[in-house]
Amino acid sequence: MIQMSHLDKLEAESIFIIREVVATCDNPVLLYSIGKDSAVLLHLVMKAFHPAKPPFPLLHVDTTWKFRDMIAFRDETARRLGLNLIVHINEEGVKAGVNPFASGSRVHTDVMKTQGLKQALDKYGFDAAFGGARRDEEKSRAKERVFSLRSAEHRWDPRNQRPEPWSLFNTRKKKGESFRVFPLSNWTEADVWDYIAREAIPVVPLYFAAPRPVVRRDGALIMRDDDRMELKPGEVIETLSVRFRTLGCYPLTGAVESDAATLEDIIAEMRGSRASERQGRIIDHDGAGSMEQKKHEGYF
Amino acid sequence: MSAVARLAPVPDADPAPEALPQGRASLLRFITCGSVDDGKSTLIGRMLYEAGAVFDDQLDSLAKDSRKFGTQGEALDFALLVDGLSAEREQGITIDVAYRYFATARRTFIVADTPGHEQYTRNMATGASTADLAVILVDARKGLLPQTRRHSYIVSSLGVRDVIVAINKMDLVGFSKETFDAIEADYRAAVAGLGFSSITCIPLSARDGDNVVTLSARTPWYAGPPLLSVLEDAQPAGRSADEPGFLLPVQWINRPNLDFRGFAGTLASGTLIAGDAVTVLPSGRTTRIARVIGGDGDLTRAGAGQAITVTTVDEVDIARGDVLVGGHRELRPASQISARLIWTGGEPLEIGREYQLKLASAVVNARIVLLHDAVDIDTFATRADETLPMNGIGHATLKLDAPVVNVPYARNRDLGGFILIDKVSNETVAFGLVVRDLSGGTPLSAREKVRAAAQGWIGAPGSARRGEVLAGLSWRLASAAAFGIIVAIATGSPGWGLAAGAADISARTALRALHDGLWRRARERSLPADVAESGGGI
Repeated sequence: MIQMSHLDKLEAESIFIIREVVATCDNPVLLYSIGKDSAVLLHLVMKAFHPAKPPFPLLHVDTTWKFRDMIAFRDETARRLGLNLIVHINEEGVKAGVNPFASGSRVHTDVMKTQGLKQALDKYGFDAAFGGARRDEEKSRAKERVFSLRSAEHRWDPRNQRPEPWSLFNTRKKKGESFRVFPLSNWTEADVWDYIAREAIPVVPLYFAAPRPVVRRDGALIMRDDDRMELKPGEVIETLSVRFRTLGCYPLTGAVESDAATLEDIIAEMRGSRASERQGRIIDHDGAGSMEQKKHEGYF
Repeated sequence: MSAVARLAPVPDADPAPEALPQGRASLLRFITCGSVDDGKSTLIGRMLYEAGAVFDDQLDSLAKDSRKFGTQGEALDFALLVDGLSAEREQGITIDVAYRYFATARRTFIVADTPGHEQYTRNMATGASTADLAVILVDARKGLLPQTRRHSYIVSSLGVRDVIVAINKMDLVGFSKETFDAIEADYRAAVAGLGFSSITCIPLSARDGDNVVTLSARTPWYAGPPLLSVLEDAQPAGRSADEPGFLLPVQWINRPNLDFRGFAGTLASGTLIAGDAVTVLPSGRTTRIARVIGGDGDLTRAGAGQAITVTTVDEVDIARGDVLVGGHRELRPASQISARLIWTGGEPLEIGREYQLKLASAVVNARIVLLHDAVDIDTFATRADETLPMNGIGHATLKLDAPVVNVPYARNRDLGGFILIDKVSNETVAFGLVVRDLSGGTPLSAREKVRAAAQGWIGAPGSARRGEVLAGLSWRLASAAAFGIIVAIATGSPGWGLAAGAADISARTALRALHDGLWRRARERSLPADVAESGGGI
């Protein structure tokens, strides 16, 4: 018998889930959000269909406020792997002038991310969307199914989730309904980094510490990625050695001071950390149960 | 953090997380179950906390939530770490199964925290389906409750052989050894017939942390290790994946171009090597494996649990739902199976109704033709019944509209577990565990056939069909009697009247049966084609 390590088992489980989607859904898409979880998901997708290419496109819902390094990495990745990348921007939101500074994180996330995602799914008629969410990220995600059924309006009903015994997924849905599918459900942050190291998966350089221009605002270190971020009275730009544990819209993503410049350093730092990875995510702190509320509304 | 430290005077808690070794060798998947308010979520929250898997910012929000929703006064309410839905926090109960992840220096754990309420039993069964071990909580003040027995029965049915009985809230019974001993004796007696290979009882207080990670000074009479040590050392009976030959359910056909046709799937058992002879079931065609392909390139061999793609030497017709079989000459696809059912649907089981059955990657239509018995969860005794309500457990024979490769659940979970789906609501209405394969095995006995016919004819009690059948029957009797009376009056002969009534009822019954049968068939044809399932790849 061939002994499988913990990571081997997680990998096989994820590949099974990915294949189950293409075998049972008509028009899947991979929601590619450029971060480390998306990097692992994309790597698993490439493995699941080897020697063929994945039979579905990547979709990035661009809020127009991502770090410039993320966008460069996104385009480079799609080119390197020869994959079809769809970029969707909620133009109505852009026209309305929604942005994280003036509108606040809640409205910005709802309009540019959640509404943008729903627009893109409807526009292309995707009936299954892969996401890189993990159950260990947040406690309402811990209750999430692998195949998460969404209504025609993209709503999540946590009181009415289908049981998923063994690895048997009930993939039947009615017209208009769709699935969000989470192949990384059982992975932890540590598993993700261990796997990135084992498989030498490229990730956005922002995960590694480097001197970067940051501003202290509301207790977080915000990197001033472009001059759309205006300084408030008293704020100064400092150059600090920082890195990011998660990546999102730059005005909503707090950096951590760190000297961890290699994968080994990052893994060592994570193991010693006393803060969760989502601490730097400003959108998670919009009130108790805010992630659950966003999920109800159609956020991942 | 300082606010948290004031709120939570936790003995023995070391706030520094343990360093994780690089390899993190073995994985243990376990489930916590028990009745409502036994403290399952509190126990998991406590273990996560003490294993260093709870971060400072999470502790800060826990402190906030504890003040808002907590049931522990000023202390931290660890249940709020795992009860992730607003409805759960507000009601202080667990509704849905939550998976949690933590690691110690010695082992990685995936915990399924499952609800205690009877109405959420199906979520508990879901957690049990992938568990290697079960931690069953018992409230020391209450002793065994119906849910203790029910959950023990379900975890045993789903193949869990090792249980830890966490006798919780010992602080509320003064850490009484007598109470602990009495509950342990009760439990061992109650589950004597369930076939557990190990039962470990531990006295603890999840709220205060006694015997969770470190031994408590308050139970000097307890000689065993604390809970976390038992979990770290547990060696649950392995699954029997290591048998000769191999079973590879075909999940997806990979055909990017005319030159490549691969069959993707996860090996359910055995070891597969390029060149191996293979039989395709159900068709029975034979060929050889040409290539074994992993995620990065060709492999020389693959073992149980690996997700692979294979190609065959000959062009053979192979589709999703087929099983590539090496060895296992005894294996025959079956269109009738005998199985234990755990009913999860809101509507009760209906004999004769068509459900969709999914077993590994095979999807077929199935009817339950006979419910042999239902289990009385309090006594584990079986009784005759004709339906199962939600959370009911019983033993049934199912007839499939196409043969499916299956093996008894006790031998292989991947080819022995299935789900039934309601074709209208798309709800998952049952978990099924194959008991035996009826194709080459024992067919139904004459008596069982009669029972099956009776259940099929009048329907199960309480079902919509039985109501229809009974109403139809009484109408038929009344109309036949009326017809008979009219004939008797018209002819002046009671004999003619009786004969006419009898002829009327028998002819109409036969015609009605014929008519219903035709309609049922027409209805099934007009159901939307199973687009979602018949995609078969892109």
